[in-house]
Amino acid sequence: MLAQFGYGILVVTFVVALYSVTAAVFGYFNKSASLVESARRSMLLTFPLLSVAALSLIILLVQGDFGVQFVYEVTSKSMPTYLKVTAWWGGQAGSLLFWSWLMSAFASLATLRKWDRDREFLPWVIVVANVTLAFFVALNIFFENPFARLYQTFDGNIAAYTFAPANSMPFAPADGRGLNPLLRHPGMVIHPPMLYLGFVAYVVPFAFAIAALVTGRTDDRWIRITRRWSLWAWLFLSFGLVLGGRWAYDVLGWGGYWGWDPVEIAAFMPWLTGTAFLHSVMIQEKRGMLKQWNMILIILTYALVIFGTFLTRSGVLSSVHAFAQSAIGPSFFIFIGFTFVTSVGLLIYRWADLKAEAEMKSMLSREALFLLNNLLFMSVLVVCFWGVIFPLISELATGQKVTVGPPFYERANSPLFAALMLLMGIAPLSAWGHSTVATLGRAIWKPGVFAVGITLLAYATYTHNVIALIGFFLVALVILVTLYEFWRGARARQKTQGESFFAALARLTGRNRRRYGGYFIHISMMLMAVGILGIELFQKETQGTVQAGGTMELHGYTLVYKDIAQWDDFASGVNYTRAVVQVYKGDQLLTELHPRTDYYYESQQNMTIPGVRSTIADDVYVLLVDWEPASAIGATFKVYVNPLVNWLWVGSLLFLMGVIIAAWPEEEREPSAVRAKQNAHQTSAAD
Amino acid sequence: MNRTLRNTQYAILLILILAALLAIPVAAQGTNPPTDDDVNAVAKQLYCPVCENTPLDVCPTQACAQWRDLIRLKLSQGESEAEIKQYFVDNDGASVLKEPPREGLNWLAYIIPPLAILAGAAFLFGAFRRMKKPALAASAQSPEVDASADEYVSRLEAEVKKQR
Amino acid sequence: MTETMEAPVRRGAPLWAQIVIWMVLLALLALVGVTLNKRKQGTVQPGDVIPDFTLPLFDGYQYDGKSEVKLSDLRGKVVVLNFWASWCKPCEQEAAELQEAWEFYEPTGEVIFLGADYVDTEPEARVYLQKYGITFLNGPDMGTRISQLFRIKGVPETYFIDKTGVMRYVQVGPFSSLAQIQQQIDILLAE
Repeated sequence: MLAQFGYGILVVTFVVALYSVTAAVFGYFNKSASLVESARRSMLLTFPLLSVAALSLIILLVQGDFGVQFVYEVTSKSMPTYLKVTAWWGGQAGSLLFWSWLMSAFASLATLRKWDRDREFLPWVIVVANVTLAFFVALNIFFENPFARLYQTFDGNIAAYTFAPANSMPFAPADGRGLNPLLRHPGMVIHPPMLYLGFVAYVVPFAFAIAALVTGRTDDRWIRITRRWSLWAWLFLSFGLVLGGRWAYDVLGWGGYWGWDPVEIAAFMPWLTGTAFLHSVMIQEKRGMLKQWNMILIILTYALVIFGTFLTRSGVLSSVHAFAQSAIGPSFFIFIGFTFVTSVGLLIYRWADLKAEAEMKSMLSREALFLLNNLLFMSVLVVCFWGVIFPLISELATGQKVTVGPPFYERANSPLFAALMLLMGIAPLSAWGHSTVATLGRAIWKPGVFAVGITLLAYATYTHNVIALIGFFLVALVILVTLYEFWRGARARQKTQGESFFAALARLTGRNRRRYGGYFIHISMMLMAVGILGIELFQKETQGTVQAGGTMELHGYTLVYKDIAQWDDFASGVNYTRAVVQVYKGDQLLTELHPRTDYYYESQQNMTIPGVRSTIADDVYVLLVDWEPASAIGATFKVYVNPLVNWLWVGSLLFLMGVIIAAWPEEEREPSAVRAKQNAHQTSAAD
Repeated sequence: MNRTLRNTQYAILLILILAALLAIPVAAQGTNPPTDDDVNAVAKQLYCPVCENTPLDVCPTQACAQWRDLIRLKLSQGESEAEIKQYFVDNDGASVLKEPPREGLNWLAYIIPPLAILAGAAFLFGAFRRMKKPALAASAQSPEVDASADEYVSRLEAEVKKQR
Repeated sequence: MTETMEAPVRRGAPLWAQIVIWMVLLALLALVGVTLNKRKQGTVQPGDVIPDFTLPLFDGYQYDGKSEVKLSDLRGKVVVLNFWASWCKPCEQEAAELQEAWEFYEPTGEVIFLGADYVDTEPEARVYLQKYGITFLNGPDMGTRISQLFRIKGVPETYFIDKTGVMRYVQVGPFSSLAQIQQQIDILLAE
């Protein structure tokens, strides 16, 4: 009953979204404010509607109504309640509904803003948001119905149907198949929602961009409205990516966090264009340049979001992340074609209106360096995109399946990342409009000398690896330059305002959130870079079979295999095999680790959970690979020492803080004659 | 006479040393069974042929355990890394490699990104040039406009100078 | 503010750029579309003519005195092509039945059984063949070329090819009985 109700609500939502699109279009062309208002209200209605549908699904999941196919596929009686709720996005149908729900939440939030000055955007924002929404809801209604029930027809076949077929009986299995154990990790519980939040949040800036293109109001108004949206979207996307890395590190048992898997890259690509966009919008705000380019970037970001979702869910790409083969491919393909063609068409149509208002003055000006930054981000994008697409080309052209894996991406991207870091070191010191080698040189030589000093120190004490040293130099340079910027700003304030240094620092950051939040992000990215350099260049590993009491040596650590135990947890249907391993450095016992293997009876799947000892210097990461059944005699362990990897996680946390600082709402400044005001007495906030 | 003799002696000695050096790894392979680490070092460079995008050294399935055993067997028979990789390619297709083999159409995989990046760089450089030219003309009329554009920074600069 | 005052030259995107963009976009969409279509196809369907292929044979197996067998040489015979692997548990369920069926039809000379070993390791494959006493022709599917031809989705899968080289029936997953195998072969033999 509840299932039919939920399905009904989905259908209603679909109709409402379509109505909203129609009303908005007619309202725009007939200049009817009331029609547009009606469209806006129906748009607001989609969120409560989808919430009700989602709630129905959650109730079904929690109650364990296994007659509903989706419930049968992703839950089982033994699962705790919170997992039953999060199983909502543990399968294709449910996660599509989750997508739609988040999307309607964001779209509603966007429509709730004050529209006084931007009335002309409203209908087209509604159109873009609701076309997208209607499409995703349609996928649920026509192809992946989370509310479909299982029926047994008279010939004995059991299948899922939205409507009961003739001569059939509802069928309800006694228990469900249970959530994929890989998805039961806390990181996995929030990793997809974060990614989805990032994805759907980008729909809002895109909607405004399209609205600007359609209405011809191509000044930077749309950018100013959506600035914070794109920052939040970027925050969620970044957070989702980091969580995914952490999840891989904790659960996948390969001692790494990122495998250049096509699906990872599919989520990484919108992040790349999104990051480029964050930088280049500043040029448009400051200098009125790059209007065309910003349009391209936001369209590209949205397109990559949709394209990535399509690749993952249609079965075009095969990957550990991919959803099972699904019927949504063709319609998704049509939607993508429609989106691409419309956006590109509009962009070309308005191309002339997007001319720059200012000109480039110097190759070393901040805007020129930002352009270089954009070039580098686009280069990484090209590498990633080509790496994902090439296997498809190869398969079609020659029938030969090939893999494009980590060595390809790492070789191509490392120099690009290094160049990006160098830019991060230089750009904060260059001025808008003009900069010369002399002015830049004067600003950079002191941090530069310090950075060289730190690199020499690293050479003397830590490593002779050239790549690592280049990396450490760049990290040191960026951090020093950025700290120097903080210091310079705070000192200046201290002088003029008579504040204490720290008060000055706090005010400075508070008054220029985007600028100093951005610098904060730069610093934390450098910490992450240290972690990445550490694990990529210095990771050590060994594997061996040892008897109880036996030892293994790796990189100065001694591991002693003490014991192994195996037991069943019948309530949750898991068989645990847990080893006890002591970690020594010299004679000193550091810690006891418990690497284990969880065998899930329902899904017949093994999970290898590492035992990890984390310090700021390195992680000792122990995996239980194999063992002699029912004895404590021999067990095989794989041990990794991952130097500096915790810098990655610490950096990630600081990174999130930085984005929150940068994105924290502050009062919107009067936009009238912004550019004039800026040029006349530009002070603080908009940086 | 004496000298040439000595030279020959040196040459023989050198050859003997070289031979000994070369013989060590061969002998090592012959006597010691390959360790798990030796096996993983090769397996790391390959993908599991049946599970998508999982490196062979960390893949937990039984099939992968078999492949690793095969690598062990081949290592103990003295086969080189390259030979083992080639064996896997012949058997299970090029997709077991972490990168497309550098041949035929696959060169596209390696050529296109640098070309695209170069094209992008050239385009950007061209755009700079085009942007600069009118700017030079314009700056004659309004030299001061942009100098004050970032007043905040220039104020900072001024402050910093004052401190010295 | 002089910079904004300059008379804007209304210049659209250059034609060549527009053409390039549309071409790239269309190529991308075409690529993805074709791939999507291919993924949706599934295995080869009954009625499809099977392109010729050569199966190299494991040591100890020979056809016509050669250590390989070519599909086109088997015209006039019913061909049962079984994809398997030693790591595949469901394959073991049907191994004995397949061998039994082969022994049943071998004397007639009108049926050929082929076993294609899909991404496997040779030592284990040999153990498997020995364990089930498999005598019909078996060999490795080198480079997954044959399995790609049939677009198999997994192992075991068995394809029945009639005397004219047309695929007539596909069994995805293991057979449950000897009779199930015989039924399909008898249909093709009766033609």
